Amino acid sequence: MLVWILLLPLIGFLINGCSYAFIQASGMKKKISATVSGLIGTTAIVGSFIVSLILFLDLFSQVDEQREITQVLFNWIKVGPLLLDFTLRLDSLSTLFTLVITGVGSFIHIYSIGYMGHDDAPAKFFAYLNLFCFAMLALVLGASLPVMFLGWEGVGLCSYLLIGFWYADDEKAIAGKKAFIVNRIGDLGFILGMFVLYTTFGTLDFLELKVKVLALGHTLSPDMLYLITSACLLLFVGCTGKSAQIPLYVWLPDAMAGPTPVSALIHAATMVTSGIYLVTRLNFLFSLSPIALEVMAWVGALTAFFAATIAVVQTDIKKVLAYSTVSQLGYMFLGCGVAAYSAGVFHVITHAFFKALLFLSAGSVIHGMSEEQNILKMGGLKKYMPQTFFVFLIGWLAICGIPPFSGFFSKDEILWKAFSSEHGSKPLWFIAAVTAVMTAFYMTRMFILTFLGEMRSHDAHPHDSPAIMTVPLFFLAILSAVGGILGIPHMNWLDHWLSPTIPSHGYEASDSTEWVLMGLSVAGAIFGIVFSFSIYRSLKKAEELKESWSGIHRVLFNKWYVDEAYFAAIVNPFIKTSQFLWKVVDVKVVDRIVMSFGRVSSRSGEWIRTSQTGLLQVYAIVFVMSIVFTLGYIIYGLAR
Amino acid sequence: MDWLAEHILSGLVFLPFVWGIIGLLLPNMKDSSHRVWAFVGSLGIFLLSLYLYFNYDPAGAEFQFVEKTPWITAWGVQYNLGLDGISLWLVILTTFLTPLIILGSFTAVEQRQREFYFLMLALESGMLGAFVSLDAFLFYVFWEVMLIPMYLLIGVWGGKNRIYASMKFFLYTVVGSLLMLVAIFYLSYQHKLQFNQYSTALLDLYKLQLAGDGWFSVQAILFLAFSFAFAIKVPLFPLHTWLPDAHVEAPTAGSVVLAGVLLKLGGYGFIRFAFPLFPSAVIQYQMVFLTLSAIAIVYGAWVAMVQPDIKKLVAYSSVSHMGYVVLGLFSLNMIGVTGSVYQMLNHGISTGALFLLVGMIYERRHTREISDFGGIAKLMPLFAIVFMIITLSSVALPGTNGFIGEFLILLGAWLTHPVIAIVAATGVVFGAVYMLWMFRRVMFGPVTHKENESLKDLTSREILVLVPFIFMVFFMGVYPNLFFGKMEPSVQRLITKVMKPKNLNTQTAAVKVEQQNEY
Repeated sequence: MLVWILLLPLIGFLINGCSYAFIQASGMKKKISATVSGLIGTTAIVGSFIVSLILFLDLFSQVDEQREITQVLFNWIKVGPLLLDFTLRLDSLSTLFTLVITGVGSFIHIYSIGYMGHDDAPAKFFAYLNLFCFAMLALVLGASLPVMFLGWEGVGLCSYLLIGFWYADDEKAIAGKKAFIVNRIGDLGFILGMFVLYTTFGTLDFLELKVKVLALGHTLSPDMLYLITSACLLLFVGCTGKSAQIPLYVWLPDAMAGPTPVSALIHAATMVTSGIYLVTRLNFLFSLSPIALEVMAWVGALTAFFAATIAVVQTDIKKVLAYSTVSQLGYMFLGCGVAAYSAGVFHVITHAFFKALLFLSAGSVIHGMSEEQNILKMGGLKKYMPQTFFVFLIGWLAICGIPPFSGFFSKDEILWKAFSSEHGSKPLWFIAAVTAVMTAFYMTRMFILTFLGEMRSHDAHPHDSPAIMTVPLFFLAILSAVGGILGIPHMNWLDHWLSPTIPSHGYEASDSTEWVLMGLSVAGAIFGIVFSFSIYRSLKKAEELKESWSGIHRVLFNKWYVDEAYFAAIVNPFIKTSQFLWKVVDVKVVDRIVMSFGRVSSRSGEWIRTSQTGLLQVYAIVFVMSIVFTLGYIIYGLAR
Repeated sequence: MDWLAEHILSGLVFLPFVWGIIGLLLPNMKDSSHRVWAFVGSLGIFLLSLYLYFNYDPAGAEFQFVEKTPWITAWGVQYNLGLDGISLWLVILTTFLTPLIILGSFTAVEQRQREFYFLMLALESGMLGAFVSLDAFLFYVFWEVMLIPMYLLIGVWGGKNRIYASMKFFLYTVVGSLLMLVAIFYLSYQHKLQFNQYSTALLDLYKLQLAGDGWFSVQAILFLAFSFAFAIKVPLFPLHTWLPDAHVEAPTAGSVVLAGVLLKLGGYGFIRFAFPLFPSAVIQYQMVFLTLSAIAIVYGAWVAMVQPDIKKLVAYSSVSHMGYVVLGLFSLNMIGVTGSVYQMLNHGISTGALFLLVGMIYERRHTREISDFGGIAKLMPLFAIVFMIITLSSVALPGTNGFIGEFLILLGAWLTHPVIAIVAATGVVFGAVYMLWMFRRVMFGPVTHKENESLKDLTSREILVLVPFIFMVFFMGVYPNLFFGKMEPSVQRLITKVMKPKNLNTQTAAVKVEQQNEY
């Protein structure tokens, strides 16, 4: 039964893909309507959700230790000592992810039926979307690193295809390519990390790895520690690619070139969280390496802060959300980095709800504003799009961390763990707390500029979206509002549920510090919101403020010039070196040296060619000469 | 029937040639019906080769379907054919590609069709012969015989610079193979010394005892002589410079055969000759070849990236991909060598298809400059789908054939030498860079050239050519065990042959003395 979670989206992909290829792309040129292809795609993913739910309930009814379903599909690679089965495994961790992927995925599929209604190739779109779900589910369900890697690269592919979905626009095609290549750099780390694990433990299956790693005990030999640390760090390189962390985050903001439902599903709710999934999946390994944890926590915290600084000044509604995604992913890694894996997973789940909600309502706004994405040109949409306003409001409160909305609980959990965990520290907490204030600030800014005040664009006729797009929004809004229930402090269901895969630390005694910090983080969020209101109440005042800080504003607006720096430091030298290798090394040096050896024979060849006719003669002569030469050599040998 | 079954390899090797001759001699055939004749023949040969697949027993003897007849007795040359689990797949690769290439050339070749299709079939004979030869001299003959049709394909049906390119191709390979010929005769002579009679039969030569210590031992010199020929064929950096020229000038069919099969002979040569004959030298020179192949992978990818011509880009990508093959071979373990053999098949599929695709678009636009295209995906959506799939196979996306090969090779190299493996693994990134960059510039973006607007999408014949490739890309990516199952024992034997020698030297020396006493 497990396999159907995977198979249904794959079947959906095949149906839509084939109908696109054979009906629309080939001679018939008949467009398949968004409704038909959308229904096929949605049926597939909803079916997959139902299966996931049934299996979840199945796991739910088991005792803790038996919450696991394994299905071996076939033997994938068998070479010498290497035995790789294509195995799927559902356990307490992966079942949560399958639910989120198929659940949020279903809403986004439904929404897309409306969003892509006027597109040229909806069948292709839904095919890609289904293929993405297939790959993402393979990533989550894969019982070994290589199977996971199949999904890992598969989601990268779908991301590439979907970012560049409107490929006729160069910018979008370039963004897609950038995403794929930056992800590939991360994947290189993944591959090498896999190799280290294989040579160290002789297996790549998660369960077997876990058994072998746990058998090591807590005191590791320096060699073993070195190997584990390097494996963890290499795998984490993969995570920085897929989950958009420093230094490989640069592709995600550009990825917003894709259709908005894609941004919601792939670049916010699911794919970008696969790095966190990998780390939590291998938590037994990461926990053994203090260095890897430290690196992860710091990269996460710094990414969270860094991305937030950029988000503060962006004017493209999707860019703000993109940077906020990078920032929130940083939180998740911070959580994992202080060994609070379940807090990371918790934030993955709530973030999936509210960020999908925010993106989809932003899509609704863009739709209503006739493809306008600049928030400076919006304003007052509350009046025109009341439904979108309402759901966005919930998403906004959730991401700002206002109780009792879902984001509050998960973010607070991470903040608390960053402070209190044995791997945490005050500086980490401080960065995260400041980032929380900034998050509240820029999200409020976006909220004000989009929905409050007066409409600043005169030729726009904003309107709410049709029901097929708003209904999913309401469901996501409900989830964003109440999703925190999963992890209320001190009766943390999630922590307990995950305990078979992630060792739980149990319930710590209530600590007054915890309550103080919680109060602080709420106060911080409120401060950020109020501060933002005080500035953006009038745009004029905001503009003045911008002028007085123009230097910093420019740097932030240009995203710290990181893309430009990468281009100057890596891409350009790389292209120049390649040009040099080709035009100088290959053509002028290597070829010349080799050809100069051949020049003598070449001349004689040409001479023969001109004096006689075709080439058979040349060949014959060379051949005969070679035989003569050989015979001579043999005779020489014999005579000696 | 039995007689036929016993001579199946000879049949397979000579049938294409004979079929081609008959076609050549058939008096009243229209020029254009030759393509059908050749296609039917090659398709039949493919089906015949499947007989080998179904009857090859991986648990059986080292070589199967063996045929053995004395040929040039004075030199100890035998007509000796046989198949193992490695050559089995290369034979099938050859017979699989040939009909598709012929079908793909239906409209591309307009002049001298009669000769063209005859040469294609003759070439197939030559390649098959080389893959099944169990006699060094016989191998050499097929190896050289192959050159003639290839040379003519480039020289007659090629592009503007065809004479230069074909000459370069010819000289490079001839120079390489001459050294090999010398080495073969020396081996035969050694056999005379050690066993009192000349022989070039591979199984006899495997028994030779050759001094193998140091960089310039007898083994090492002979190994280098063979390796030189094979490295040129592969082609291994820095002996690769003939390849881009040859590819750019060759007609599509020539490029596909060249990339799809001819290059594999280099890798196969290492497997069949250089490795088992000179095990100590292989170990001695292991690092050299590992380094060169890692350089080839990165270098090929980098140079491919900046090529303005699509075909040249694919040619340099071959340098990179074949670098993986050599890397896997010289990692000298099960995983690496199996990966290499698999990568040879993959490369035949993916690069073969790439050249066909480039040929299809060239046929329409008579240009291969990347800058002459842009936005083609909109005009040729089916072409775009196929091109995308093959591109993904070329960048080794998991789920496609390319991944299995690269993954195994890199893992194999990792087990032998992690640093080299890390360098080589960066090819994973660079491979994606050049392929996707090219793909973006050719297929995506707005349509910038007016001439492109009237481009027609794939015809049904072209679809028919490409579908088998697409099928193989996914089939080989999902179920490689079908292939591994047949090749595993052969790979295992190969590795044992290479890895055992040092410890056996003393023991076999005693055997040698005994044998000499017998004569």
